[in-house]
Order: sequence, then C-alpha cells, then structure tokens
Amino acid sequence: MLRIEGLTTSYGPVRALQDVSFTAERGKVTAVLGANGAGKTTLLRTVSGLVRPDSGSVHLGEHDISRTPAEAMPALGLAHVPEGRGVITELTIAENLHLGGLGRGRKVKAGDLDRVYDLFPVLGERREARAHTLSGGERQMLVVGRALMAEPSLLLLDEPSLGLAQRITAQIFALLRDLVAEEGLTVLLVEQNARSALSLADHGVVLNLGRVVADDRAEVLAGDDQLRHAYLGF
Amino acid sequence: MQQLLNTALGGLTLGMVYAAFALALVLIWRSTRIVNFAQAPMAMLTTFVALTVIDAGYSYWIGFVVALLAGLALGAVIERFVVRHVEGGPEINAVILTLGLFIVLHALASVVFGNRYRSFPAPFGIRGIEVGETTIGLTGFGIFTVVAVLVVMGLLVALFRFTDVGLRMRASAFNPEVARLLGVKVGRMLTLGWALAALVGSLAALLIAGGSLVHPGYMDSIVVYGFVAAVLGGLDSPLGAVVGGLLLGLSLSFVSGYLGSELVALAALGILMAVLLLRPGGLFAQAQERRV
Repeated sequence: MLRIEGLTTSYGPVRALQDVSFTAERGKVTAVLGANGAGKTTLLRTVSGLVRPDSGSVHLGEHDISRTPAEAMPALGLAHVPEGRGVITELTIAENLHLGGLGRGRKVKAGDLDRVYDLFPVLGERREARAHTLSGGERQMLVVGRALMAEPSLLLLDEPSLGLAQRITAQIFALLRDLVAEEGLTVLLVEQNARSALSLADHGVVLNLGRVVADDRAEVLAGDDQLRHAYLGF
Repeated sequence: MQQLLNTALGGLTLGMVYAAFALALVLIWRSTRIVNFAQAPMAMLTTFVALTVIDAGYSYWIGFVVALLAGLALGAVIERFVVRHVEGGPEINAVILTLGLFIVLHALASVVFGNRYRSFPAPFGIRGIEVGETTIGLTGFGIFTVVAVLVVMGLLVALFRFTDVGLRMRASAFNPEVARLLGVKVGRMLTLGWALAALVGSLAALLIAGGSLVHPGYMDSIVVYGFVAAVLGGLDSPLGAVVGGLLLGLSLSFVSGYLGSELVALAALGILMAVLLLRPGGLFAQAQERRV
C-alpha cells in the first residue's frame, strides 16, 4: 500500500530523516514510534508532500508520490491529519467537513456529512457552531471525520492522543479499529504514547534520530524489553 | 435640519466608497497578511482604462465593465508575478514592495495617460434631487454609488458563504497548510483573492471619479481613508471594513460640514490614533480564541 524506500529529508543543514525504509500494509495499522525529535512528524510531512525529500521514494500503490505536491494527495486517496489537530477554527463544523469532502474532487452533498455525524453525534448536534468552540477531544473527532469525508484509502495520523484524556483516545482508537476492519482503511499512526499505539497497531516502526532502529509486528515490539526501555519509555 | 440631513446623506455616500476600498484592503490582508499600499494606483489605472474606452466613443457602461475586468486581471497578475515572491517572508519586504508598486504604477499612469486633470463622466445626475421646494444632498449618482457597492458586497458575501470556491478561499486565508492537505490549491486562491480585491478597488475608484476630475494621484487620499476605515473595523473583518467605512464617511462629512473641509485629513488621523490607542484590535476584533 505505502512503500517507503531510502527516504532522506533535511531542514537546511539538519538531517531529519536518514535512509528510512518500511512498508505499511493495506488494511493494517502501522505505528511509527520514537522520542521527540526522532523524525516522526517529518516522516508524515514528507509522505504527504508538505516537505520535499532529498532522496528516496514513496509509493502509494502503483503511484510514485515522492514529488507530488500536498494539494494533489487527497485525490490519490491519501489523507493527512496533522499534529495539533489542524481544525480550521474560524469555519463551522459543517464547513470543515464540507472542505474535507471537496478533496475528492467531486461535489459534496448534504447527505455526505451525515455519515460523520453518525460516527460522532456530538458533531452533528453542533454542526453550525464555529470549530473554535470545540474541546480538544471534539476537535480530534472533527479532523478524523473531515479526513474520512475524502474517502481515503490511506490515513496519516499525527499524535492523535496528544493532550487528550485516556477515555477519548480509547474512543478514537476503537473507531479507527472498526474502520480498518470494516472498510480496509490503511493507517499510518505517529505516536509518542507507544503503549496505546502498539495496542492498536498491527505493525510498528521505531525511529531514533531519523533512522529506523526497529521494524516488526506490534506484539514483538511490545514484548522486547530492551527496545521498550531504550526508545519507547514504558 | 436640512444641513444635518444633507451632511448625513453625503457622508453615507462617501462612506460606501470608503467601505468598498477598506473591503479591498481587508480581503488582501486576510489572505496574505499584506497591506496593499498599491491599491490606490491599481484602482486609478483601471479608471484611466475606462476613460480611454469612453473617449474612444463607447458608452459609460462599457467603460465601467472594462475597468472592473481590468482590475480583476491586474490584481491577479500582480499577485501571481510580483507579490508571490514576498508572501510568507518578512513583513517589511511586502511593505516595501507594495510601496514600490505604488510609485511604479503612478509613474506608468503619468507616462501613458498624461499627468493632468481630465474630467470623468457620470451615468446619472450629479445634482441634488429636488423634493418639493428643497434640494436634498442626494444625487442620482449618489444613489447609484450606494446600490453598486451594496450589490458587489452582496455578491462577495454570497461567494464566500455559499460556494465551494468561497469555502476554499476562506480556508486558504485562515490556515494555508491545512487547506493544502485538504486538496486546496492555495496559490490559486490567493491569486483569486487579489483579483477580487482589485475589482472592488476599481469599483471604488470609478465611483469616486464619476462626475469629477481624475489625474494619476486622485485616489491617493482615498487609500488613506480606506486604510483608516479598515483599521477601524479591525483589518481582519469584512463586516468591520464596511461599518468602519460608513462610520468614517459620516464622521468626516460632519467634520467637513460643520468644522471646515480643511480639517478632514486631520480628523481622519485623529480617528486612526484614537482607535489604535483605545481599541487597537478595531471595533470588530474577535475575542481571542480558546486554546486547548
């Protein structure tokens, strides 16, 4: 589904990613783990076209998307939920969702939003409210719902649990599990909270200082004491 | 009583033009965080385009439409090929650039159209309407001014509120990176925003010019009043720009009518200073959003 080969990305003289290679399988959740500054967010930003890589390639199915600009990604089936939520706070909930739907390159009908309102009733109750009135958990629901509006085949999630109560994180992870199981969605999940990410993920990749230091099934990573202590902090 | 009414009507008409000009500034500020000092000469150039068309024997209305289209094109070209290079950079670069454009466009107009006063026609009467014995300070052209500005504002509101393009434009202005991730071609939206702003500026320039004299500097004072109106409304708020324009038009009209026209510029400066001192966010500043 998503194949990353030899990816190297720099910010000026600083190497943020160095020769990163791994594959995210279709219909599975792949977690990218590591400490602050390990290059997790840069990895997602490079995959979604916000940052140009120095070298290496990213393939989405058959397409080489290494040089594709970010605004062309939704039409290819890639949705990126950025760190810090990415809600457009000045727009209403319905407008945020509508905007997500436009990414498919088709007209959005009123009924299209109902699917998201079914998943997150709290959004449906306040559809005409501006997004800045939402709590952190509701914002996370909104950005996940907005990403789903584009009917993606690959969902990139950057720190969805950041700053949220355990209960809300669990609720969002349960929803993701259902979407993966029922619709074959592929998820690439970046998390600092390794324990909860590995509970959801099928597969895990551990980054340290921009390099891949482990790439294995989730339960293997969770069971590796040395790795857990060295990089995952639990 | 009659003077009061006439002063108010005159202020309202002028206020509509300031509102349009302030709106043009706000549209650009919101999307690119640039104060477009070149708005005045851009609008002035399109008035001269209209004058050239009218002098060639075509009707006022053809000149009017051609000028608006010229504004649309000029705004798009300036954003795409000139301003694009300083977007997202230090603010001072954009300030210097638009001031430079101000001078260049001025010089261009002087060379191409001549640096002298020329009269500009009006499609409606420019004498006060007579009601019984008295003449009130509202002209046919004044009514046209108010209607034209209201129609354009209505169309803009409809575009922003009810169309997909409008939603994309707002998203690009509020959060360009997230907009890109959602598939919005942000660069194109900024070009469109500048084009629409320049169109609104052209409209204001045509309305100021109607029935009066134009020369390459005739819009320069208007950009100052438009800027004061925009700051009065909070720079970020289109509604604020309109209300600010009307308030400023009325205030300046009363200053001119009761205190003397030589005090108008001073009064505008006074209002600007008062707003910046007492309510620097403008009258319509939105409350700081909740950070979660």
